[in-house]
Amino acid sequence: MLILSSEKTDNPARIERTYYLISENIRIDGREREDYRPMEIETDVVSHAFGSSRLRLANTDVLVAVKIEVDAPYPERPLEGKLEFFVDCSANATPEFEGRGGEELAVELSNCLSSAYRSEEVFNLKKLCIMKGRKCWKLYVDILLLEVGGNLFDAVSIAVKAALWNTQIPKIKSINVDGSNIDIQVCDDIFSCTKLDVTGAPLMVTVCKIGDKCIVDPNAAEEQCSVGAVVVAVSRGNICTISQTGTGSFHPDTFKSCLILGISVAQRLEDSLTETLGEIKANQDVGFLK
Amino acid sequence: MPQKIQMRLASNRVDTSVVINRDIPAIYTPGQIISNQNEFLRGHGTYEENGQLKASVAGVREKVDILISVRPLKSRYHGKVGDVVVGRIIEVQQKRWKVNTNSILDSVLLISSVNLPGGELRRRSAEDEHMMRKYLQEGDLISAEVQSVYSDGSLSLHTRSLKYGKLGQGVLVKVFPSLIKISKTHFHNLSIGVSLILGTNGFIWICPIINNTEENVGGFVQNLEEVVPKSIRATMARIRNCILALAQSKVMLFDSSITYAYEESTKYTLAELLLPEVMADVALSTQQKLILSETE
Repeated sequence: MLILSSEKTDNPARIERTYYLISENIRIDGREREDYRPMEIETDVVSHAFGSSRLRLANTDVLVAVKIEVDAPYPERPLEGKLEFFVDCSANATPEFEGRGGEELAVELSNCLSSAYRSEEVFNLKKLCIMKGRKCWKLYVDILLLEVGGNLFDAVSIAVKAALWNTQIPKIKSINVDGSNIDIQVCDDIFSCTKLDVTGAPLMVTVCKIGDKCIVDPNAAEEQCSVGAVVVAVSRGNICTISQTGTGSFHPDTFKSCLILGISVAQRLEDSLTETLGEIKANQDVGFLK
Repeated sequence: MPQKIQMRLASNRVDTSVVINRDIPAIYTPGQIISNQNEFLRGHGTYEENGQLKASVAGVREKVDILISVRPLKSRYHGKVGDVVVGRIIEVQQKRWKVNTNSILDSVLLISSVNLPGGELRRRSAEDEHMMRKYLQEGDLISAEVQSVYSDGSLSLHTRSLKYGKLGQGVLVKVFPSLIKISKTHFHNLSIGVSLILGTNGFIWICPIINNTEENVGGFVQNLEEVVPKSIRATMARIRNCILALAQSKVMLFDSSITYAYEESTKYTLAELLLPEVMADVALSTQQKLILSETE
């Protein structure tokens, strides 16, 4: 795992790490091992994007925007649309992101996301097909990290899901095929759009190992004290991707319990997210500049 | 049973301000005109444009005769001699440690300004220089006092007193330096079994009260074996959350505000203290209590 906050200035010494070891079920901020910090979410924040969301989880701040383009499908998958993730690490988040500093993390995040979204049961790309083998929608999911305060993977996956939930795809009025020329007419009414089905979109849960105990939603300091972490991407109660970060190793039993913990936590996350997204009304005020 | 995961909409954000009928000083924003007259001296945080004095930072105006300056609400730490600070060692160099104290430039702690084990008036040999990493290494937290301020604004620290030195097991909380109230002492042993160091640089150290019966070893020995009991851990976590609640609502931090906040917070569980509306409520009732105790 990339250690984010400057190692030079913010590396907790051995003695502090000892304190972070959690033999009792109580963490430095009073949470239990399986507790999440409260988070704040909003959708439709970028007016010129097809769908967008912003998530703030304590000090982690993520902005996601979805853009749509008409593209030709891959020859080997003529019936499917395309989905691409791009992560941008703002140098405002931490000084290490300056220049090419955040690239490694960005690639790690986008790879993890695309492997989590690969399965058809997770996200059905066939819905994005316009004309078999010729035209399809391509979704660009752009993720901007505005602030980093630990637990990036979870925050990003929630924000991506919310942004896809918010995404509206224009309806097609007519398609004119003239030899190799394809002319697509989009519906004039800007409000007649289809929404994406995101019930299966995966949520990632980082299970962090500190000492011999596992916790979820680590803050930046806890991340630095951990020996390793497993990122479990869960869709409809099934694991769709696992990636391990950090240098430490996991005992098979610990690993298994991490996965089980990941699934149960993802279910709780899913419930909260669905409930919160359900509260959003159409044409709601955009919140964070209130 | 784990808590329900709290996810809210940004439009339902909680207002954290706790201002209760008090005179709020005017806050100037960058570019705002402070004075149109020509009779002023330009101080820190201001600039002159077209014969007008304007603020270059967001903050409150301070006026000494005709010298006008703007003190920023949020800034890095500007040290003064005698301040108690908490800092983290970031580098071991020849004859000095570099310390991060949240100021613009890194502070230094010279080997000649620490108490080495084995008596105060010991000569410092080349051997000591080789042993420096044994005393303090990268990542260690220390409490210290500002000995002097160099011309470029960087600080020189010292730990020549028993109360200063390396810190053991505990939690570091970071707040704005301007929220720490300067008082007679910045070391507090609260009756609830927790000891606090309110560093003027905005770093606050929370640790269990240590009964220092061991002989003087210059404060370089840490007890890694001792396990902090659960009740103390819970109290420390509560204090930490109270401090963050006060800091979020911009209430000044000193011993009585923190004790009041702790008392007010006891009606909530530990996990509830992370919720924004609970934090605002704790800060508000603390503020009311502070005003009451002032008027008495």
